[in-house]
Amino acid sequence: METNQILETIKMVEEDNFDIRTVTMGISLLDTIGGTVEETAKNVYKKITTYAKDLVAVAKQIEREYGVPITNKRISVTPISMIAGSANEEEILVLAHALDDAAKEVGIDYIGGYGALVQKGFSHGDLALIKSLPRALTETDLVMSSVNIGSSKAGMNLDAVKLMGETVKQITDLSDTANAKMVIFANAVEDNPFMAGAFHGVTEPDVVINVGVSGPGVVKRALDKVKGESITTVAETIKKTAFKITRVGQLVGSLAAERLNVPFGIVDLSLAPTPARGDSVAEVLEAIGLEQVGTHGTTAALMMLNDAVKKGGVMAAQGVGGLSGAFIPVSEDAGMIDAVKAGTLSLAKLEAMTSVCSVGLDMIAIPGETPATTIAAMIADEAAIGIQNNKTTAVRILPTNGAKVGDMIDYGGLLGTAPVMPVVEKSSADFINRGGHVPAPIHSFKN
Amino acid sequence: MQAVVTAVGKDKAGIVAGIATCLSENNANILDLSQTIMGSTFTMSMLVNIEKDDKFNDVHEALKAAGDKLGVTVHVQREELFDSMARV
Repeated sequence: METNQILETIKMVEEDNFDIRTVTMGISLLDTIGGTVEETAKNVYKKITTYAKDLVAVAKQIEREYGVPITNKRISVTPISMIAGSANEEEILVLAHALDDAAKEVGIDYIGGYGALVQKGFSHGDLALIKSLPRALTETDLVMSSVNIGSSKAGMNLDAVKLMGETVKQITDLSDTANAKMVIFANAVEDNPFMAGAFHGVTEPDVVINVGVSGPGVVKRALDKVKGESITTVAETIKKTAFKITRVGQLVGSLAAERLNVPFGIVDLSLAPTPARGDSVAEVLEAIGLEQVGTHGTTAALMMLNDAVKKGGVMAAQGVGGLSGAFIPVSEDAGMIDAVKAGTLSLAKLEAMTSVCSVGLDMIAIPGETPATTIAAMIADEAAIGIQNNKTTAVRILPTNGAKVGDMIDYGGLLGTAPVMPVVEKSSADFINRGGHVPAPIHSFKN
Repeated sequence: MQAVVTAVGKDKAGIVAGIATCLSENNANILDLSQTIMGSTFTMSMLVNIEKDDKFNDVHEALKAAGDKLGVTVHVQREELFDSMARV
């Protein structure tokens, strides 16, 4: 055993903020559907509190034995609209509370899956769920939601886009921070362990353990050692670092799965920042050679980073899935916040960046007076990037009533703080109000 | 189980003895040991065998306390962590 390797590993945790961001237990709720919503809620609570009763204790013991922090323990469940097809918007709230109560009982950080998949159209339950979101997200503490409004196969449900723009505004009227608990997807993945977008897809097994790794700080330190060298060396260095990080994810996931007697699903190979200095994806991009993230060259650097992380991680894990790539939330990344404040990073550049990385417009504060149709149009733009390019995109946008451009909004903990960013004021209303369905793109003649 | 014990801190007399005594009191056997001084920083890593898996937490706490007394930072981590990161 090489002392250097041992010390390098210890440094990763102590100095570079390396952590396993989450161990997420996916639980299918398809067998909890009862004759009434109350009966279903009872079954949901019972199944979650039975299956996940040891999740937190097992994760904590692994953390202690291996000296690697597991920051969050989470649960994802079957999209709730699917198990509450006959409920109305009032009744379905019972299930939001059942999820929240179960999450608190087992001591986890978040539970995801209070959502719907509506890329092709709405079922009765989907509409009830979406209409219940403002209350569900403000009356519960740990429940997270995602709504999928488009896919490369199905196209984009513009009625859903419009509805989600309105929903974001309604949530803002009830709470400044609750929109951080909801993400609007195109091409949502079914095994994502990251929040707010985690849900347990219907093609998944009854129960599964998925793991999300993090470690922008580790990548940054590795890049500091190759200053001035060619981009080929940079890509190679990122690959090697991603390999090491992912190996820990693989180890922790397989141990957690074994100890909980649950199958191990995937490792999500992600660089997920936190608001802590030195744990920032923006700082990684700057270490590649940008004076500040958002300047010309950012998209190219991010494309290389995202790809190298995947290449390094794929071989390190037995199963890879989830969102896998670099996350670029604004409020959760100290370097992104600095760049927005300095005027270097704009909403338009962020949108361009999302075409080459793992998610989308994430944790971005905007003025409260932004019209619902403008928010819907931002969702549509982001979805279009995902649908056309066969990738997942997401929108988690945070309008704040009374806030002006430049104000700082505090979301607390891992969610960080975000400067309010300017939005183009010209209207998109006539486009959004058309409603209907954007057909799926052609998958040949690619240019 | 096998675990790696590392101690890092300002060099002084009795660090190896202190850690080794603590391990002995907790029935943990030292399999390998390497120690070096970098500048004035003492760095030691040991591979130890803890006979029963359920004794890990006791050994962990005892070593942390011993490290505090000696003024060094002690880490105790299962060996598989390092294996998995350094080998394919």
